[in-house]
Amino acid sequence: MEHIRTVSTRDLCESAKNGGCGECQTSCQSACKTSCGIANQQCENKDDTDAE
Amino acid sequence: MIHSYSFDGVNVLLDVCSGAVHVCDDLCADMAAIYTDFPRGEVVFRTAQKHPEVPENELEELYDALTGLKDAGQLFTPDTFEPIAGELKDRTAGVVKALCLHVAHTCNLTCAYCFAGQGRYHGRDAVMSFETGKRALDFLIENSGTRRNLEVDFFGGEPLMVFDTVKHLVSYARSREKETGKNFRFTLTTNGMLIDDEVIDFVNRECSNVVLSLDGRKEIHDRYRVDRSGRGSWDIVVPKFQKLVAARGGKNYYIRGTFTHHNPDFLKDVQVMLDLGFDSLSMEPVVCAPDDPCALTDEDMPVVLEQYEALARLMKRRAAEGRPFTFYHYMIDLRGGPCVYKRVSGCGSGTEYMAVTPSGDLYPCHQFVGEPGFRLGSVFGGVENTAVRDKFASCNVYAREKCRSCWARLYCSGGCAANAYHATGSVLGVYDYGCELFKKRMECAIALAASEQ
Repeated sequence: MEHIRTVSTRDLCESAKNGGCGECQTSCQSACKTSCGIANQQCENKDDTDAE
Repeated sequence: MIHSYSFDGVNVLLDVCSGAVHVCDDLCADMAAIYTDFPRGEVVFRTAQKHPEVPENELEELYDALTGLKDAGQLFTPDTFEPIAGELKDRTAGVVKALCLHVAHTCNLTCAYCFAGQGRYHGRDAVMSFETGKRALDFLIENSGTRRNLEVDFFGGEPLMVFDTVKHLVSYARSREKETGKNFRFTLTTNGMLIDDEVIDFVNRECSNVVLSLDGRKEIHDRYRVDRSGRGSWDIVVPKFQKLVAARGGKNYYIRGTFTHHNPDFLKDVQVMLDLGFDSLSMEPVVCAPDDPCALTDEDMPVVLEQYEALARLMKRRAAEGRPFTFYHYMIDLRGGPCVYKRVSGCGSGTEYMAVTPSGDLYPCHQFVGEPGFRLGSVFGGVENTAVRDKFASCNVYAREKCRSCWARLYCSGGCAANAYHATGSVLGVYDYGCELFKKRMECAIALAASEQ
């Protein structure tokens, strides 16, 4: 019986190995302007996203 | 550190530091909750007490499965990121990549809840000259280092009150792209009153994003979003927004609403937006002084949290029906989101992102404009107030004690410095109310994303 299923995600520890390129969008520049969140941003460095 | 929660009967197990997300049953959630507290035998024993119907060998197998995930770096991963928290900012020190251009500190609406004081930022009416705007764009190019993508948001007040200036500035920026190797991404934030066919053509051609202010229900919108004679703007702006979005050709836009103490049941406003044909939405809690009548109260909190959950259910249902829509705060990409450098380094205000007033003064962000003591310098003389800049540079996830033990720290990057300042008097403070809302949004977003896989 399966008790746990792992969802495909980006490995954040892996992403710590290559340094950040800084090309991504500034945090609240686009839509909200009144609260900070970075989860909805895209990585601009496509070569560096290591998720399968 | 793990964060375990349940949403609509689905248990989500988030491994905070690796970002791994697991979906599990109650048995697994119960064992994971005590896994790091006790040795193996005790963990199995205590789990068996809670689940006497489960055979012991199955409990042992589950323990092994959790251990396997731990060994693979997908559960109970320790936080090793503090040493790199300031690294990205150090490496890009002095690089500016985004400006919020306040081309108009004036507005044709007088929304009482406006954090910008009806567009004037507690000062006088003012508009930015082309020369000052041009200098701001040059300042951005000069200070952007090797960064290619530069973001400029036309903001106010109401930027379309100086539409000619906006057009000329975009034209100037485009004229410098090839020679400098830069790519400008423009956003326009507007109340919609002055949208016409020319604006629609321009915005849809030049702006990678457009933010359209609409609060949802007509009576909610018209309560605050009124002109100087007190007339509501809903009837005027809605058809203009519909026309602009219909002609946008799939490019990014957001219908952005504000909810206040008067409409914590904001899902009704989201529904109105959907009924009007919009499918890219953002609803934000009002930002104002705690004693303001529109401020969200402690009594509003459970209502708002319930609305976020109901919103997630609505999104799921509509997606299943082939009528999906996006909500800004639920747009989480578990596989392609930001790297950990971005996640721990803070929002970038005052360092890589600044706001420019009509006279060319620089502030850490649009929410600090006009705040005494926060002027950084100007686009003419550059950053002079290095003490303020350095203060903002030091803002990161580990700069706030409360954030260190918060499961959501790699999703908010330490939170909004302006909200922290207004709530606590320090940019290194924590705006607890906002944190509660943020955490609920992240729980909903992660659960939604997990259910899609």
